[in-house]
Amino acid sequence: MSFWKRHQIFEKNSIVLIAGILLVISIGGLVEITPLFYLKSTIEAVDGMRPYTPLELTGRNIYVREGCYLCHSQMIRPLRDEVERYGHFSLAAESMYDHPFQWGSKRTGPDLARVGAKYSDEWHVTHLVNPRAIVPQSVMPGYPFLARTEVDLAGMANHLRTSRTVGVPYSDDQIANAVADLKAQADPDNAGVEAFTKRYPKAVARNFDGKAGLPTEMDALVAYLQMLGTLVDFKLYNEKANLR
Amino acid sequence: MSQALDAKTMTIGESGLTLLFAASAFLCMVAAAKALDTAFAFHASLGAAASLAAVFMILNRYFDRPASLPPQEINGRPNYNMGPIKFAAVMSMFWGIAGFIVGLLIACQLAWPALNFDLPWTSFGRLRPLHTSAVIFAFGGNVLIATSFYVVQKTCRARLAGELAPWFVVLGYNFFIVIAGTGYLLGVTQSKEYAEPEWYADFWLTIVWVIYLLVFLMTLVKRKEPHIFVANWFYLSFIVTIAVLHLGNNPALPVSVFGSKSYIAWGGVQDAMFQWWYGHNAVGFFLTTGFLAIMYYFIPKRAERPIYSYRLSIIHFWAIIFLYIWAGPHHLHYTALPDWAQTLGMTFSIMLWMPSWGGMINGLMTLSGAWDKLRTDPVLRMLVVSVAFYGMATFEGPLMSIKVVNSLSHYTDWTIGHVHAGALGWVGFVSFGALYCLVPWLWDRKGLYSLKLVNWHFWIATLGIVLYISAMWVSGILQGLMWRAYTSLGFLEYSFIESVEAMHPFYIIRAAGGALFLIGALIMAYNLWMTVRASEAEVPSPVALQPAE
Repeated sequence: MSFWKRHQIFEKNSIVLIAGILLVISIGGLVEITPLFYLKSTIEAVDGMRPYTPLELTGRNIYVREGCYLCHSQMIRPLRDEVERYGHFSLAAESMYDHPFQWGSKRTGPDLARVGAKYSDEWHVTHLVNPRAIVPQSVMPGYPFLARTEVDLAGMANHLRTSRTVGVPYSDDQIANAVADLKAQADPDNAGVEAFTKRYPKAVARNFDGKAGLPTEMDALVAYLQMLGTLVDFKLYNEKANLR
Repeated sequence: MSQALDAKTMTIGESGLTLLFAASAFLCMVAAAKALDTAFAFHASLGAAASLAAVFMILNRYFDRPASLPPQEINGRPNYNMGPIKFAAVMSMFWGIAGFIVGLLIACQLAWPALNFDLPWTSFGRLRPLHTSAVIFAFGGNVLIATSFYVVQKTCRARLAGELAPWFVVLGYNFFIVIAGTGYLLGVTQSKEYAEPEWYADFWLTIVWVIYLLVFLMTLVKRKEPHIFVANWFYLSFIVTIAVLHLGNNPALPVSVFGSKSYIAWGGVQDAMFQWWYGHNAVGFFLTTGFLAIMYYFIPKRAERPIYSYRLSIIHFWAIIFLYIWAGPHHLHYTALPDWAQTLGMTFSIMLWMPSWGGMINGLMTLSGAWDKLRTDPVLRMLVVSVAFYGMATFEGPLMSIKVVNSLSHYTDWTIGHVHAGALGWVGFVSFGALYCLVPWLWDRKGLYSLKLVNWHFWIATLGIVLYISAMWVSGILQGLMWRAYTSLGFLEYSFIESVEAMHPFYIIRAAGGALFLIGALIMAYNLWMTVRASEAEVPSPVALQPAE
């Protein structure tokens, strides 16, 4: 029986055809995706990574909501010009607590993987309200409404709890103090700052938007931007141990 | 007579769906009352209203219909079910124009940022997913549903399976579009490109898609032809694979069942791999195999020639669905995705060139002996040029997936240009061609209202595409070169903002190209409208056609 005759089993039987399709399309995905969950070399061993603070996580959710990832990548490639322009190339470990990932696919604006601590809070606030006030040639939209909108505090603990269920290692202590930590990080005079920095090493408590009162979405977004790429100390990072 | 009236009972489908929609209306009202955010409350209210409308429509249809359901055949000819197809065809034109308008707006925003208006719901970041979803899923999706329901009936010589089910698919799918689109404007997104809708929209789409698969499959099962026609293999692979991709990429845990926000199950590098396994195969199976099915039915039909090579189509089919699924990692070259995965993705992307061109050759060579029709039939010309654009885009794709090329092209406008060569040239034109064929067939018209207008549409849109993609080639390559340019002293030559500034003229040309494409589509909408309203009706031939051997 010729090959073409044999093929008729697919042409004459819809169930066989559907089974054939399922088999053929599953191979590529299985081979490429499954090993990423068990190969140890997939995610480098690094020091310094911690889950986002409640304020940073809120800022990250605003970053997602406004579609910032459509114009800004967070993935520095190991190419000479990128490393010189943006800093050390991005490690898989640096986004291991990111649900969803924010690597992006387009640079209408610059990469933000290491934008943290590059500019002052005031620079960010002014720039977000009106990008052309600082960079006249910019084509970025303005986000003045962020400064006017207070952060929704209710349910903050649920956000951390949900993140923990999908794999981010928040402690019971961090979940229980979610709202207090959020308020503390946006207010350096808050009594809870010390406990907060113990729960989130290297996190900074500042009045990010420069205004008194409850934390705004501007506080949250700037807090997120200011920590991007700052957690891993590359002076101490052992590249050879993580050769892949 | 009275017996027939007495015998009128609700089918299980009618009574079951009425109950299900009544329950869903109640649940949606509860959800709207307890909602944690306004977007969720709005969507739950829409869900309640849609459920109530569905209950009303099902009951209304039941009271209006005769006691017996529509027959499978009338006088030995299949009694085709064209209602849902007409609806999907109209919706595709509507969403197409809506999507092109939003596309033009965001193109202008990149040239003149003041058009963002500093408001949340008009900023680029929220409108861009609206544009991509409107053109891919709303326009393209409705074209695929309409043509697949048409082709599967005609090539199986059987009425579409189910009575309410096909309507459930077209209405349910368009309801999903409304939820997704309004969600983007309200800031509801999970930020996975081309899979932005949140958990509840994803859940609804899953239900609709399963019913879609069942309607298609059950129609195949009751076919009167021994063979399943080639186009149906492609449709089937599109429906099945999109289901698999959707389920793989979207598992998420909502923060609350009364709120829109969820966290995706996958994180970091695994999430990236899942996303581009999905993302590239949304291109592969939604925008390619689905539309190749259109090519395999509409080009032979319009050219009145058989498919060039049946054996080539067998090889084309299995090769393309096997190879495509591997290509995702080429979106992640030089990223933190392990090198072995990047290399696999690149290798398979290059191999993919072969079945892509095999399919292109099969489509183009179908014209053998009928090439003269390109001069006289602008609809066929549109279909054939779409295949040529397909060939161009599927050559450019493998080229861009080579790591060295990708190091330049990635993150730049070149990608945008490449996507639009495929989207405007291939998907757009093949859809337009199919709709130009389909509308006269569905509404029993002798032909289109005006072939001259089709000709205008063709040339205006083609000019638009050329402007669009050449502007993006230049801007993309320029961007890539500026980012990596060094001075003789070894410093980076340009700041980032200088590369942004250099894009301005190209963004204006791109917007002009998009505007031309939109004008073409408006001409088309007018032409189709007049075809339905004013064209001469076709007299159905009284003789039953002989079945093909």
